[in-house]
Order: sequence, then structure tokens, then C-alpha cells
Amino acid sequence: MISDMQPDDIVGDFKEVYLQLYNSIKRRILYTDIETPYPDGKLIVSTTDLDGTITHVNKSFVEMSGYTEEELIGAPHCILRHPDMPPAAFKDLWNTVQKGEKWQGFVKNLRKDGGFYWVKATVIPNIRKGSVVGYTSVRRKPSRKKVEECIQLYPTLF
Amino acid sequence: MSYTFTVSPDFSPDHISGWYIFNTWLQRQTCEAIHLEMFNDFDELHAAIHNDQIDLIYANPYDAAMLVREKGFLPVAKAAGESDEAIIAVAESSAVNAVEELKQGVRVAYTDDPDVRLMGMIMLEPADLNSENITPVLAGSYPVVAKHLLKNEADVGIFLAEAFDDLSNLIKNQLKVLVRSQISVIHHALLVGPKFQHQRDAMTELLTAMHHDEKGVAILKSLGFSAWEKVDDEETEFMIDLMDTLAT
Ligand SMILES: Cc1cc2nc3c(=O)[nH]c(=O)nc-3n(C[C@H](O)[C@H](O)[C@H](O)COP(=O)(O)O)c2cc1C
Repeated sequence: MISDMQPDDIVGDFKEVYLQLYNSIKRRILYTDIETPYPDGKLIVSTTDLDGTITHVNKSFVEMSGYTEEELIGAPHCILRHPDMPPAAFKDLWNTVQKGEKWQGFVKNLRKDGGFYWVKATVIPNIRKGSVVGYTSVRRKPSRKKVEECIQLYPTLF
Repeated sequence: MSYTFTVSPDFSPDHISGWYIFNTWLQRQTCEAIHLEMFNDFDELHAAIHNDQIDLIYANPYDAAMLVREKGFLPVAKAAGESDEAIIAVAESSAVNAVEELKQGVRVAYTDDPDVRLMGMIMLEPADLNSENITPVLAGSYPVVAKHLLKNEADVGIFLAEAFDDLSNLIKNQLKVLVRSQISVIHHALLVGPKFQHQRDAMTELLTAMHHDEKGVAILKSLGFSAWEKVDDEETEFMIDLMDTLAT
């Protein structure tokens, strides 16, 4: 499950907002202006089941998110949802992968400590013996130019 | 019935005799006639795969994807603890110290090794570089990639990390690594084609026990690794999914 963020976990000055997740639950989000740079040469990988519940994360995912593997497995993927991300992006993500296609986009993710990191994400359906059994997202280091474009664009999509 | 075994052309030349010795050993152990056929480059290999001439292959991850998804190959084993990683390097004398400083039109040297090029191009993306806005410099081998950098015929090179590490110190000292990938889950694997799958389980047992006897250890050493490790279907499927996400 997904719980409210706790002030004790947050590093630095933070703002507070309530986000509606899964169109139902409300989560208290505490977030800061502190960016963690994307680590060179690494891929951040996670897999979810058909509902978006995390089933696998790699080491880079754990390191960048600030959560432990135990906290992540079984949690909904919106645990990383940053309030600056327009809902339309994730709607497009889900529509695309549920059609069996590959989705690619730039995502600002929220860390457990309230900070953020930008990624270029590619999400694909995992097809085994002809059926979709889950989804995998592989993130790589984004170009700064593309991130700057998203910083301009995303606020206009709310 | 005779079967054809091949090794991805990106193997290190130091290990060529090792693969012949391994093939002889494999024939004895499985009591099958297996012919080792080495191809000069990926074009030749791909033509042979296309014509269904291959029954066993030590495949690079890029070809493994196609062999498993389109040609019905199944994974058997991989080199224990090894993974394929890529390196982005420039000449030591280059003014460039980070990928982000590279500009469009930059001359990029690489080989025809598809998975290394894929990983390498991903590491160039933070500089907004892609196959359309670089100047490619195709090289026949990794030492030649290094040579292009040293002669200033290319600005940046993409290397298989293992091949980079195998360069002589004299050459390595004149190169500067900008990024080394740490992907961990992309690796070569020994695969069996549809006609050889009756031997899959037996081969898994043989290979994973190979490092337990002296003869086996010597053969493994000549291949450049310490043991074979079993690879199951899901691990391979996962690697292929991952390669898929990198392919654009
Ligand atoms: C494989 C996969 C990976 C995902 N990765 C992220 C992610 O890194 N960050 C994120 O905010 N949402 C991610 N999502 C989307 C979330 O499931 C969710 O849709 C999103 O956080 C918005 O929350 P909401 O749908 O509850 O509004 C991912 C979804 C899938 C299927």
C-alpha cells in the first residue's frame, strides 16, 4: 500500500500537497527543490503487474528512489508520482501499454526524501506465451535540453 | 546427423582456439557430431541464421533476442558473473571530459557489434546525439576503434568494456573513459536451436558441472571465464524485454 509522506523522511525545506492517486486515495506529498542527478551509465529498471503494482526493481531503482526494496515491492508505482507531472502523461502511458505498444517519455520522479530526479523512461508490455503478464520500465539519463523543454511544457498540461 | 555450432563474431581473438577445444569436448560429452563454424562478421552470421543453418550458438544479447523470439532458440547457460557493458572513451589529449560536452556531427567510432553500439548510443543521448546527427566511423575491431581515436580520425569511441580492458596499457594510457555502463543484466548466452533441443537438459547439466573437474577448468580458462551458469527462460525473456526498451 501507499502511505502519506512523513516530515522526518524529508531532507531540506519542503512544500505540502495532497495528490489524488488511482482516482480514489489521497496521499500527502512533501516535496523539495533538491534534484539528484541521474547516475552515468546506469539504467533504472522496474517491473509491475497488470495493475501497476511493483514486482521487481533493480539496484539503481532502489538507490535513486530512496526507498528500500521491501518498501517498493508490492507498492503501487505511483509511489514515485511527483506533483509537477501532468496526469495526462500517465494516462497516455497506460493507454499506450494497454494497447500492447511501447511508451516513451520524460518523467520527473519523487524520492522518499522529497527530492526529485528526471529520467527518460521506456515502458513496454511483458509478453509471455502470447499474453501480457506485466509491464517493464527502463529509464536512462535524459538530455538536459529535453528536460528543460519538459519544465516549460508540463505546467501547461494541467 | 551433424549440427552446426557458432560463436558470435565479437569474441576475443585470444579465445578462438578455446572455442575449438570446447567444441571437441562438447562432441565427446554429448556423443553428437557438432561442427564449429566461425563467421568473419555479423553480416555472415545473420545470413546463416536467416537460412536456419545454426543449431547451437554462443550469441550476443542482440542476436539472442531475435533467435529466441523469432527462431525458437532456447537458453542453456552463460558465463558466470559476466555481463556485457559498454564504454565511451576519447583520446587522453581530448578537451572533452564529459559526454554532455560532445556536439552534433561528432565523429563516433564503433564496430558492427550491435548490442555494444546500442548501449553506447544510449550513453551518448544525454548530449542529444543519435544515429542521425553523428558522423559514424565504422571499425573492424576494438583496437581499430582505439587507433581512430589516437590518430584523431574519430572524436569518441564506443567499446565493449571487456575489449577495452584487454587493450594494452600503452594504448589505454592514451585514452580517457567518459562513461562505463553498469547495466548488469545484458549478457552473451549459449542457445540451442529447434533441432538440438533434445540435448538442452543434458547440456545444462554438463556445462554447469564443467568447473568441477580439471579438464573442464582448463577449457573454461581458454574461453576466458571461470564457470557456466544456468540461464532460464524468464531471465532471457527479461533481458530481451530490456534490450527492446533500448532499441529506440
Ligand atoms: C512499468 C511502469 C512503470 C511506471 N513508472 C512510473 C514512475 O517511474 N513514476 C511515476 O510517477 N509513475 C510511473 N508509472 C505510472 C503509475 O502507475 C501511475 O499511473 C502514475 O504514477 C500516476 O498515478 P495515478 O495513475 O494513480 O494517477 C509506471 C507505470 C508502469 C506500468
